[in-house]
Amino acid sequence: MLALGQDEIAKYPFLADAGQYLKDKGFTLEQFGTDPDLKSLVEKAFNRIEVAADGKIYHSDLIGDQASNQAALPREVFSFLLAIVLLKLSGMTTLIKRFALAEARRAEKYLEKDLANISDESKKQLAIRVIDDLFSVQIKKQDDYFVIPASDYLKHSINFHEREWKLINRHVENGLVFLTPHETVRLIRKELGTYISSKIINAKTPPMISGFEESVNKLISMSKKFTTYTVTTGEYPPCIKHAIEILEKGENLPHSGRFMLATFLLSKGQSVEEIAPLFKNAPDYNERVTLYQLNHLAGTLGSGTHYSCPSCEKLKTQNLCFAIPECDNIINPIQFGKKRI
Amino acid sequence: MQENDVKFLEDSFKKYYFEHFDLIRVPNRTSEREFGFQKFNSGMTRHISIKDDKELHLLLMQNIPSDVYCSNACYSFPNLPMNEKDWKEAELIFDIDAKDLNLECRKNHTISKCNECNEISTNSNNCSKCNSIKLEKKSLPCKNCIDASKNEVSKLSKILTEDLDIQQNNIHVYFSGNEGFHVYVYDSQFQQLGSRERSELTDYIMFNGAIPETFGMKKFKPNRSSFPDFEEKGWRGRFSQEVYGSKSKRSKIISELITNGYSSFQKTLEGISDKIGAKIDPNVTMDIHRIFRLPGSLNSKSGLTKILCNDLPKFDPYTEASFLDENSVEVMANCPIEFKLKNRKFGPYFNDKVSIPTYAAVYMICKKLATIS
Repeated sequence: MLALGQDEIAKYPFLADAGQYLKDKGFTLEQFGTDPDLKSLVEKAFNRIEVAADGKIYHSDLIGDQASNQAALPREVFSFLLAIVLLKLSGMTTLIKRFALAEARRAEKYLEKDLANISDESKKQLAIRVIDDLFSVQIKKQDDYFVIPASDYLKHSINFHEREWKLINRHVENGLVFLTPHETVRLIRKELGTYISSKIINAKTPPMISGFEESVNKLISMSKKFTTYTVTTGEYPPCIKHAIEILEKGENLPHSGRFMLATFLLSKGQSVEEIAPLFKNAPDYNERVTLYQLNHLAGTLGSGTHYSCPSCEKLKTQNLCFAIPECDNIINPIQFGKKRI
Repeated sequence: MQENDVKFLEDSFKKYYFEHFDLIRVPNRTSEREFGFQKFNSGMTRHISIKDDKELHLLLMQNIPSDVYCSNACYSFPNLPMNEKDWKEAELIFDIDAKDLNLECRKNHTISKCNECNEISTNSNNCSKCNSIKLEKKSLPCKNCIDASKNEVSKLSKILTEDLDIQQNNIHVYFSGNEGFHVYVYDSQFQQLGSRERSELTDYIMFNGAIPETFGMKKFKPNRSSFPDFEEKGWRGRFSQEVYGSKSKRSKIISELITNGYSSFQKTLEGISDKIGAKIDPNVTMDIHRIFRLPGSLNSKSGLTKILCNDLPKFDPYTEASFLDENSVEVMANCPIEFKLKNRKFGPYFNDKVSIPTYAAVYMICKKLATIS
């Protein structure tokens, strides 16, 4: 674990050992529920979650890198730790996810600032070390950029769906990818969120603390508004329509296309027997082989692995994607036509 | 395939295996690899583990396989079912195949065999006898195909060494035994990448998914100075060389690009991807559980050997990868296109009974264009 200074803990409170921190400061959780001076911190924590649930970033009392006054620093850390306690007591996973994401983006801002800090080398080194310790990404400074090995870059960039993050749209030289401080930090956003949420999920849930009930109940009712319902139109996406057309014309659909079509229809609940006749027109059709392969995909034969439909990104690579506006940024064909109501 | 054809191929393959153990070697980290093989007229046997050359040679002599395969991946337990193997890492591997290059010459040396009536013709859409569309395509050697494939291999090697920091001596190029090349990359930072990451890497190598912004073009108020320079490294440099042609034309072409606008620029990018990207088969590179033809083994589509190319520009597969013997055999040949093996021309044959060397007979029988008479 990194040795952190007071203001670093305020910037990156998820790095602190919560129990140890409270003990060091001489507090118990119960005190926050009863002590009128400390109770405001529970409200501050609730507010921190509320802002996150709204998709915004909690505006802290830190000004620049410094707290407005010395007392503000522990308050920053306490409100974070108490927010986790409230979330655990509410047990609402949607809120935990939203909170983790918002906290990640908050930390992202500080990391970016520290990386770009030219005057204070120690701040930059800390940010580099945080990134290395938490995500095993080794970044180095090279001129105005940070460079990371292409293989490390790929491990993170595959989580992005925007084209600008594709390796082809990056400056790559000698096996290294060149990034600005902003991009470097953006690259690990998801992992930062995952790190924070796993810390919350793995934290012990304390028994209900008197004085916390009201905030917890408010959180439970708040999380209800995030439940969504979806309907589907039932229409096939263009990639699937295209594959069916090819087969109907008796033309050859490559193996990858057949895989896509079969896994798509299986995921829509069609049976192997319903799907098999589609391949009848294929130039190399063989009923026995088709059934064998379909049963493998469905997991009813062989290892039992149930294969799922490839992502849009993969289909693009395989030249099987024929996107239309209605595809609307879906990342897998099975999402086509789904609408939130 | 008929029984006496299978018998003939098995005899020829067995003789090759026996006489060329020196060419068929197990790869490094042998016990961590998955092996597999196919026999003539039979399915695939895989999930086999092998200890050393001796065990491999024994397997060859006992089974006389039509094709032998080995994983590029290393596993803790290569002989267990796929999800219990415990995948560790895999060499980067690329497949470049002439049939994927959309070459003009293909129509001149591709033969269709009808699956319904067995008619052989040079007609590519439907059977000239029964009009069926269920055709099996067979292609015969052509120098142009091999040269075009070699060109793709050089483009690939350049991207690997210049952009991705791979040492030239860690890139091994093999002739696949039929119509293309397999490129193995050893000791790279990419060994441990999974399938999705490798898929991204293939897009990079193939120049897929590039956006105008990467090359300085913007939807609004593009800035001339953000366009690539001729000497730049990586894709911006290759873009410059392809699109500007020469340094002196840079300024003029940038003006044209800006005038033509953003969506035209996007089309330019898509248009040059065929020329500057390396045409690899993306499915092969992103499959991390695949088994590949074992170097030194025979390819049952041709009877030629998968062999290391030490000097790629000079490499001629149709002399250097043909190892079967000269003994004459009599076959019934129906091969309407001429081909050349070991510097000797064969065909065209139209249902002719001919006496030809074993290597040529195997070649045609593998392509189902002849049978033992």
